[in-house]
Amino acid sequence: MSRELFKFRGGVHPPEHKAESNGRPVHPAPLPKTLVIPLRQHIGTPAKPVVEVGERVLKGQLIGAADGYISCAVHASSSGIVTAIGPAAVPHVSGLPDDCITIETDGRDEWIAHAPLDWRAMEPADLRMRLRDMGIAGLGGAVFPSAVKLDPGAARHCPTLIVNGGECEPWITCDDLLMRTRADEILAGVAIMRHLLGSTEVLVGIEDNKPEAIAAMRDAAAGLDFPVEVVPVPAVYPGGGAKQMIETLTGRQVPSGKLSTDIGIQVFNVGTAHALARAVHHGEPLIARLVTVTGHVLRPQNFEVLIGTPMHALITLAGDREGATGVLMGGPMMGVPMPSLDVPVVKATNCILVKSAELFPPLPKALPCIRCTRCADACPAELQPQELFRFAKAGDFGRAQEYHLFDCIECGCCSYVCPSHIPLVDFYRYAKSEIWAREREKRAADLARERHEFRQFRLEREKKEKAEKLAAKAQAKRAEIAADATASGAPDAEAKKALIAAALARAQAKKAEAAPKNTDNLSPETQHEIEEIETRRAKIRELAHQPLEPEEKP
Amino acid sequence: MLGWSAIRFKVEGNPLAEKIDAILPQTQCGQCGFPGCRPYAEAIAKGEAEINQCPPGGEEGVKKLAELLGVEPKPLDEAHGAPKPKSVAFIDENTCIGCTLCIQACPVDAISGAAKQMHTILAAECTGCELCLPPCPVDCITMVPIPEDLPHWKWKHPVVMLKQLDREEAAT
Amino acid sequence: MPAPFIIGRSSVTQVMAWVLAALLPGVGVYVWLFGPGILVTLSLATVTALAAEAAMLKARGYPAKPFLTDLSAIVTAWLLALSLPSLAPWWLIVTGTLFAIVVAKHLYGGLGQNIFNPAMVGYAVLIVSFPVQMTQWAGPLELTATPLTLAQSAMVIFGGDVPKATLDAVTMATPLDALRTGLLQQHTVDEIMTQPIFGHYGGTGFEWLAAAFLAGGLLLWALRIIGWQVPLAFLAGVWLTAGFLHFFDAGRFGAPWFHLFAPSVMLGAFFIATDPVSGATTPRGRLIFGFGAGFLTIVIRTWGGYPDGVAFAILLMNLSVPLIDQYTQPRVYGEARKGEAPRS
Ligand code: SF4
Ligand code: SF4
Ligand code: SF4
Ligand code: SF4
Repeated sequence: MSRELFKFRGGVHPPEHKAESNGRPVHPAPLPKTLVIPLRQHIGTPAKPVVEVGERVLKGQLIGAADGYISCAVHASSSGIVTAIGPAAVPHVSGLPDDCITIETDGRDEWIAHAPLDWRAMEPADLRMRLRDMGIAGLGGAVFPSAVKLDPGAARHCPTLIVNGGECEPWITCDDLLMRTRADEILAGVAIMRHLLGSTEVLVGIEDNKPEAIAAMRDAAAGLDFPVEVVPVPAVYPGGGAKQMIETLTGRQVPSGKLSTDIGIQVFNVGTAHALARAVHHGEPLIARLVTVTGHVLRPQNFEVLIGTPMHALITLAGDREGATGVLMGGPMMGVPMPSLDVPVVKATNCILVKSAELFPPLPKALPCIRCTRCADACPAELQPQELFRFAKAGDFGRAQEYHLFDCIECGCCSYVCPSHIPLVDFYRYAKSEIWAREREKRAADLARERHEFRQFRLEREKKEKAEKLAAKAQAKRAEIAADATASGAPDAEAKKALIAAALARAQAKKAEAAPKNTDNLSPETQHEIEEIETRRAKIRELAHQPLEPEEKP
Repeated sequence: MLGWSAIRFKVEGNPLAEKIDAILPQTQCGQCGFPGCRPYAEAIAKGEAEINQCPPGGEEGVKKLAELLGVEPKPLDEAHGAPKPKSVAFIDENTCIGCTLCIQACPVDAISGAAKQMHTILAAECTGCELCLPPCPVDCITMVPIPEDLPHWKWKHPVVMLKQLDREEAAT
Repeated sequence: MPAPFIIGRSSVTQVMAWVLAALLPGVGVYVWLFGPGILVTLSLATVTALAAEAAMLKARGYPAKPFLTDLSAIVTAWLLALSLPSLAPWWLIVTGTLFAIVVAKHLYGGLGQNIFNPAMVGYAVLIVSFPVQMTQWAGPLELTATPLTLAQSAMVIFGGDVPKATLDAVTMATPLDALRTGLLQQHTVDEIMTQPIFGHYGGTGFEWLAAAFLAGGLLLWALRIIGWQVPLAFLAGVWLTAGFLHFFDAGRFGAPWFHLFAPSVMLGAFFIATDPVSGATTPRGRLIFGFGAGFLTIVIRTWGGYPDGVAFAILLMNLSVPLIDQYTQPRVYGEARKGEAPRS
């Protein structure tokens, strides 16, 4: 077992803090009274609700359907009544609400009928769609719909499948515990992945600070009918990043702006493999996951948590303590601060880290950049963070992009080493979201320009048409009069009648023309929208015209 | 449609005006004193207008124009109005009498409806120019600021200026 | 404030403290070889720098504490002090330090913003304005009859009443000066090198000083406070350029070893050219920066109007840093592709 390993550039060694939580066994978290299930838990289009308020749902029932290719379904994590569909607090740093389905649980935890899939017999495309509809998304943090990643695409097969058990973020141990306790199921999921991707080589990368997990995975791998190489990799943050794991294990780098499948490698988190196995072998959609609750709590440990469980319930379970100064979702390097503790656990929640002043002292004030380039030495993306910082701070987003801002993986190594303590990553996030906003604005402006120009053109055309029509009419009239004059015998009344008839016809024509006004050149969606509005109006009109009898009857 | 593309093609004749037009926000509100962004762009290209007359573009727009034209940026000319938060028009469907006056005013055909029927704004297309407000005889159109939602949320510029930090500390 | 929520232990103060620590061997050797006068110079420069820093911070509305404790002003002061002639008069020290801190550092925007190395700006201003005082060095103790005590040195520095004879007995031209003067008088290098001031490599005493700075520099490198690129390229620039000239006409150009160990090259290579703020930031850029500075040092030493060229060489290279950085952007992870559209 001596595979040649490669070292990626940069990286840091923050204190690991794994021992706090990895010593206790995994506990199932109790069923909460209320489950709040966000429709946007994955990258891509949010799921579309398919249940109504007041409806009773069963555990595992589809409540939000995937909407499009890059999307993912969401399911009821337990049985109960849907009490609300609409904006609710979600675990996002902004604190802005997002659409969620709220379920009042009935305590019966009653499963919907479910059965294993005969995955070997299924068409790969069908199997992928099933996985999408079972809500399988990457559990390593990015929550990308797995069905998309399991599509080898035009290449037809993806020779190398890497299973990522790196878990390089300090404090987090959920993948560690999952590998220790459910190695068989993880590898069962890996078998399905391998089948879908047509991989010939399966590597499991685990940081060498998790010897129990490595042993458990090796044991499980020994009993498989295909070769799986479990490779301990040196513990260095962010060695568990997909690109870093690929480089460590294969020595290859994913080209900038490309996907790993372009070089024939696909990476999945161990948790995703486990969820996949549950889905295929048991027919269970993704409704639960392991969550590390650690930091400033009495009993830091891992829980098996239903998606939608409020975070405060877990913190209470782990024993909340005085002096907490905030809660992070994720680890200290890349985690996001939670706006409140009422937010639910989602598919992306790998860790709930309670901060305290001792564990996370406030960061010292930032000094100006002294261009020492320690950040560049630490950057695993091999960027020049100090330059990105300079451009982002000055609002020079064009230059920031030239310096590969979008290759930054926001790992935080640069901020970690910066002697001036500059919150560098904040600047990159700010610059990225500004650039995206600008792109959006530009698209909106382009749309407006186009529509405006089209309108100008339409007005122009209408004017011209009108003028032409008028001219034609005038001519016709002149000809008519001339004709009348030649047929001098005709009585006056007759001519008048003809004129009136002509005017009437004109008015009619005009009326017909007025109706559509600007309803031509509409996209089908807009057309649809208008129709909806019309029906709504019709309803209102109807209601307004209805006699008030029912109320008078009693 | 063919005729329309011909127009677009023709329009691309003046490259400088084209570049300026690309910077203008395309709100088409006319606050600059021209009947739309394009005429304003042409006027700037010809040197007949200042670069600081477009409130929807804001100071940033002025800065970009200055950069493009290689001149010093200047503050927005207040005579043309001040920038406002981005909004879209909203028609109170119960009050609307279906007079079509707003339809005729909208520069981007963002209002749909027909004579004697109530009208609706297509929020995605509305630029927030407010041109539909004055013609409405029953004042049923209001401007609603676009609420911030998750997909449009932006990270703020981090505040790390030592001067400011110190002041904050002094305040607490 | 979003992630990361933890940071490493490094700080600007720590970096600067290590730089100062690495200068200590040099200071020690200085005292041993040239007498304790340097201690007076260092203290005076330090006090002046801190006072100037505090005043400028106040004037610019910045909090004093984080910037005064970052030690960067002291590093500037020490680098300038170590570049000045020993026993330079107090007003020379004060003027140079003030210029370095007030103009070269703060008028350019303070810590991290200065384009030029402040210490070298101070030095350059002094040598242009006061060429005579800037070339009067107290010679190495080995060669002077009566070494000055600390008190005597202080008296000399502060313009006290020191018998002229004593002073004349201790001041002499530096090796570089001697070489320059000698060459101007049409002597060959070999003839000049027989003077006692020249020692083995870079001049009596000076070569030990250079070795001490080399040791301190290696310490900084071992601690990863400085990279290897700038010092190595700097020394290579000096050595190759000097070697090239010496190879062609050994009579007119000093030997490469002499140039390496002559005053200020080691200090320049490890402590001044490695100043991160005013130096290049990319690995290749640093090689170019260092080599350029080394090359220019010899060019200026040989053909310039001043005996030493380190300061001007570094300042010239400071000027070209933006250009160097821009054209030496390293390749990023994965293939570097220019102008990639943002994913949304
Ligand atoms: S580590 Fe910090 S101070 Fe050093 S170059 Fe990077 S941003 Fe600047
Ligand atoms: S956050 Fe971005 S710039 Fe900083 S070290 Fe990570 S990848 Fe590099
Ligand atoms: S003021 Fe209005 S019409 Fe004029 S350029 Fe700006 S957005 Fe366009
Ligand atoms: S709907 Fe009103 S505010 Fe919106 S673009 Fe049209 S005229 Fe302007």
